[in-house]
Amino acid sequence: MYIHDVIIVGSGLAGLRAALELSGHLDVAVLTKVYPSRSHSGAAQGGVAAALANVDKDDSIEAHIYDTVKGSDYLGDQDAIEIMCSDAPTAIYEIEKLGCPFSRTEENKINQRAFGGHSFKRSCFAADRTGHALLHTLFEQLMKNSGKIQVYAEWHVLKLIMEDGVARGVVAMDIKTGRLEVFRGKTILFGTGGYGQAYKITSNAYANTGDGITAAYRAGVPLMDMEFVQFHPTGLYSHGILLSEAARGEGGYLLNGLGERFMSKYAPSKMELGPRDIVSRAEQMEINEGRGAGPNKDYVLLDLRHLGKDKILERLPQIYNIGKDFLGADAITTPVPIQPTAHYSMGGIPADNDCQVYLDEKGNRVRGFFAAGECSCISVHGANRLGTNSLLEALVFGRRAGKKMLEVTRDTDWSPVNEKREIESVRSELDKLLNTSAKENLGKIRDEMKETMTYKAGVYRDGENLGLAFKKIKELQERFKRVRVDDKRKNFNTNLLEARELSHMLEYSELIVDGAIARKESRGAHARKDYPTRDDANWLKHTMAFKTKDGFELRYKPVTMTRFKPEERKY
Amino acid sequence: MANVTFRIFRFDPANDPRPRHQDYEMELEPGITLLNCLNKIKAQMDSSLTYRMSCGSAICGSCAVRANGHAILSCKTQADSLVKDGMIQIDPIGNASVIRDLVVNLEPFWASIRQVKPWLMPDATDNPVKERLQSESDYQKIDHSTTCIMCASCWSDCNVLEVDKKFIGPAALAKAQRFIYDTRDVKKGDRLDEISAPHGVWDCTHCGECSTRCPTDAKPLGRIEEIKQAAMAEGVHCNSGARHVLAFRETVGKRGMLDENYAPVRSVGFLNIPGLIGLVPVGLRMFWRGKNPPIIPHCVDKVEEVRNIYSRSEEFRK
Repeated sequence: MYIHDVIIVGSGLAGLRAALELSGHLDVAVLTKVYPSRSHSGAAQGGVAAALANVDKDDSIEAHIYDTVKGSDYLGDQDAIEIMCSDAPTAIYEIEKLGCPFSRTEENKINQRAFGGHSFKRSCFAADRTGHALLHTLFEQLMKNSGKIQVYAEWHVLKLIMEDGVARGVVAMDIKTGRLEVFRGKTILFGTGGYGQAYKITSNAYANTGDGITAAYRAGVPLMDMEFVQFHPTGLYSHGILLSEAARGEGGYLLNGLGERFMSKYAPSKMELGPRDIVSRAEQMEINEGRGAGPNKDYVLLDLRHLGKDKILERLPQIYNIGKDFLGADAITTPVPIQPTAHYSMGGIPADNDCQVYLDEKGNRVRGFFAAGECSCISVHGANRLGTNSLLEALVFGRRAGKKMLEVTRDTDWSPVNEKREIESVRSELDKLLNTSAKENLGKIRDEMKETMTYKAGVYRDGENLGLAFKKIKELQERFKRVRVDDKRKNFNTNLLEARELSHMLEYSELIVDGAIARKESRGAHARKDYPTRDDANWLKHTMAFKTKDGFELRYKPVTMTRFKPEERKY
Repeated sequence: MANVTFRIFRFDPANDPRPRHQDYEMELEPGITLLNCLNKIKAQMDSSLTYRMSCGSAICGSCAVRANGHAILSCKTQADSLVKDGMIQIDPIGNASVIRDLVVNLEPFWASIRQVKPWLMPDATDNPVKERLQSESDYQKIDHSTTCIMCASCWSDCNVLEVDKKFIGPAALAKAQRFIYDTRDVKKGDRLDEISAPHGVWDCTHCGECSTRCPTDAKPLGRIEEIKQAAMAEGVHCNSGARHVLAFRETVGKRGMLDENYAPVRSVGFLNIPGLIGLVPVGLRMFWRGKNPPIIPHCVDKVEEVRNIYSRSEEFRK
């Protein structure tokens, strides 16, 4: 058993920022199933939003708040949004002082650019790899604090130990040896990221399988707003890799299989630069109605040819390289196949403005359990997230979680943990996976789940298809009970772990579908063809999914509104 | 499309007596990456095949392997570009011990990174409320090295690491450049001193493998040269590497060519008796094989033109 004051699971921006806040004050451990520099925070490109007013002098925190509330389609909790936008400048100045490199203005200040949904230029950026710059800065600080923060890399957390409403630790596997250990802490923070891998086409890392949210759910914590999955319009076909919005900003066209610039039908004034959810839906509509491109008519095209070789290589080098390296498509001579890609998870573990996790919709909290970053749902993004607000959320709430944990941990006594029983419970789950009289192919179950989620619970939803999706997920959950795990070795058994990850995805996918079936409206990223309008009278509330003996139960939590009443969301 | 054979390294040190290669046959779909192929093999043919991956988009650095003997990122490499006579051979990256199949122990790699104190050391007395100022052109000086994704492809194929396990390695050197050239860092002198120590920047042989294998703009060889330039400019000369550079400059400036009798002595150090004695066997062997440089040093034709270049560049420097 490993004992530390604070256990942090996840080494992305949120987890590392919290660890830094606690370093030197408490005994902190960070567990990650990868290596800290590999966390998916590093894949973010666009930038991190803050009302610094370095470029647009008229920008203000109030404007940032309004843009975020509106962007959330009014489902975001406004008090939390106020905190995030108010803390934003401090968070950026802090990370710059820690050494984060930023592109600079002519006044030598942090440069900021325009981004979708933001009414001023407030996206602070480091070339075209802002997430990478932020993550590596925190990783550097982690190395600086190596005597004060204990890092357990390639340890896979499999269970949250929670009893009588008190979080007490986790059970994790040392991937290298297969050994299971209990990590006991006074307070636990999850910064475990998103859950896009349940989808066939996703920008998310293979690692983003919702292990943290599922562990919380299985321990009795509800999950909130799971049905809100953001689809980014320009993901590389069949890979889902993000092609930055800059491609459209520089003048790229979106074409269907007939060579038409189809956005004229959906957003005639903004065309390719409409908001993300609208463009994604337009693309999906074209594909669904048989006007897709390619042999299977299952993608649309990003056409940059008219921009010319020089402009492409100077302004869009990363996109050019991605098209070429991953799909063999040379953007100078051919249009690049793209499709909407599952990009961000608005849903997750419900938490208050100091990241303390809620036990229910009435405001009761779990003692000693915190959640920050993409795995949390506070909710600052509501039904739809604005670009550049995710890196911000991770930094701001990682810091807040750290500060609150410092205060709370000092006042917390140790709660008992039955080490033997915890290890046994996880061991028997794993043994079942290894020893079952198995016949089902793991890859097939996984592929079928991903297909179902992408085509039946994706950009466009309707009651009939969601019902079919629900049936399919239940069938896959049954088949999963007989899944084959042929690799029986203890050391570095990625076959066993991918089976385990699939069990997580099958469990939370059901909640995405359930939430979508119940929510009879369209709001933000959740679009129902059979309920195409927003229904504030009945649905201005958060969905909370609770695990029950026989399945699940959905309850609802009101949205906190402070300044802005819902308006029609037009751009 | 014809079948391709994937000849993949398999080894489980805990359970296998020795490493081996296992063949898997597969047809390549157009545009498929090597990582996609590995995933397909694992899902459809052999679930025990073990390798690292995470982002699948060349930013996390997890998936470096050796294809046909050279380090690449499996997620971004087109499989058909690797086929040689109907085959692709996959091995774990070099200069690292094997944990299982293509998964290696990177602890020595991480230790080398930590060795260069890879965190900003700013002026502690200066604590502005807002951001520290830095010009865009100063930011550009560290732009290349900040693209490093720590994939260890450079480490894998570094020729010096193969023979000197204490060599700090190209990734650490690129990381060192990132701080040496960051105008917000105030420990440039100390960093240059430390990086100029034995097994540091001067032990690089300029083979260029690191930059050839590097999948980003970090390109360590360029960063190494920048460190050396900074070290020479800051007067960090008390090591054989720097003295070697000075010997070049001195003798070429004097004679228009490298004086190969003078250079090693100057590099090792005139008062470095053990070092000088160490040169004797090499010198004798050269003499025996008739390869020793001319005993009496001479100048090239038109040496005045060389001296002219030197004095003009001195003026320019001032």
